[in-house]
Amino acid sequence: MNHSPLHSYHVKLGARMVDFAGWSMPVMYRGIIEEHNHTRTKCSLFDVSHMGRLYLTGSDTEALLQQVCTRNVGDMSVGLSRYTHICREDGGILDDVIVSRFEDQYLVVCNASNREKITNWLAKHAEGKDVQMTDRTMETAMVALQGPEAIPQVERLLNIDLGELKRYHFRTGSYFTFKYSIFRSGYTGEDGVELILPAGIVKLAMPALMGMGNGDDAVIKPAGLGARDSLRLEAGMPLYGHELTEDWDSLTARQGWCVHLDKDFIGADAMRQKKETGLSRKIVGLKLEGRRTARQGFELRCGGEAIGQVTSGVLSPTLGISIAMALVDIDHTKEGTELAVQFGAKEVSATVVKIPFYRLSS
Amino acid sequence: MSVPTDRKYSDSHEWYKVDGNTVIMGITAFAAEELTDITYVELPEVGSECTAGSAVGEIESVKATSDLYCAISGKISAVNEELAEHPELVNDDAHEKGWMVKIESSDLAPLDSLMDAAAYTEHIG
Repeated sequence: MNHSPLHSYHVKLGARMVDFAGWSMPVMYRGIIEEHNHTRTKCSLFDVSHMGRLYLTGSDTEALLQQVCTRNVGDMSVGLSRYTHICREDGGILDDVIVSRFEDQYLVVCNASNREKITNWLAKHAEGKDVQMTDRTMETAMVALQGPEAIPQVERLLNIDLGELKRYHFRTGSYFTFKYSIFRSGYTGEDGVELILPAGIVKLAMPALMGMGNGDDAVIKPAGLGARDSLRLEAGMPLYGHELTEDWDSLTARQGWCVHLDKDFIGADAMRQKKETGLSRKIVGLKLEGRRTARQGFELRCGGEAIGQVTSGVLSPTLGISIAMALVDIDHTKEGTELAVQFGAKEVSATVVKIPFYRLSS
Repeated sequence: MSVPTDRKYSDSHEWYKVDGNTVIMGITAFAAEELTDITYVELPEVGSECTAGSAVGEIESVKATSDLYCAISGKISAVNEELAEHPELVNDDAHEKGWMVKIESSDLAPLDSLMDAAAYTEHIG
């Protein structure tokens, strides 16, 4: 079992730890709904050190990334991050990652569950190319500060000005003697940052990041993977293993916005063909009647006929309604379509709705 | 955590309190805390039959859905209607206001093999 550099901190705070992709990680500290609501109203600190951090250097790095990423990552300026998929030849999604361009290297942040797979995939396609890959997952920590108070809090704590740091941009900085990278990104639907810092220093930095306190009135409180999941689902963000899998492609996952078919990449031909013949199914948002929560794998029916499966569901803490995402046959994906979700022998009515369910008002 | 001494406990964390030939059941405070924020409780229909060892309902929390098992056979004589609007009662007061079903049963023998409060306290310790 892998441990985050923040492990002892989680234990000290009484977090409930779970095995997540081979990592012992906090699923909650005080309660998932409370942590969810705190993120939407104040600021939460998430330990995301389990995510893979692969650094690539060498003169062929850009060409390699262009070959494996669905999105155009060839024209990135230093200080820019881009969300993209990495797919197989047949379009099956291997992972969703964020590529960031540094002065002298690129960073690929991948899912913990796919770290080995992506490392091998990149290494395989780097063969014969001038690319050196260093996995710095174990020697660094990664934390996310998310919520309406995140930016002013981080500015105050690290004594920096983030006014110029736009969404999906990053920069490097120093706090006393340690160097960190700060990214204006996240996985909650709120504004905020993600920080990568050396593992050895992170425990010293925690009191600063937490604003020196964890009392009831603290602005920054820790939140676990449970709240991270309900927050991302409200924000309509896909999760690998749920909305994204090797069993279908990025277009089916409704992530076509990060697929650039005008460039060549692994999986492009398969997706071009999909685009031409039309999708047979795709991911949709659902609003369920009542308070029951649809879980991954629950069947969807229309007129008694099986037409899809739930990929994620939650009783939305922010909206107070039961929401879900599902993979549905294309004839039933139009907004307003009425479906039934099977809860064992019982049925609950659901309507196809727009994603995201929750959008930050700006 | 309080474990009332006036009832029996199953290893799947349900409690059973006998009142004449009616048995009141719910889940323990320990189970409610493990499940965390309970968002919905699916209960059986009043008048329906239940069989010892089978599920009579489902408990949904933010993270997961769990079955509610029943250790005795009988007829469901009442369900806690308040849980439809206030499932959080199970988190707040699992042993009293958070009760789930009442069962009329002519065979209470299966309860004899369940744990008493002391044994259950040890079980969750």
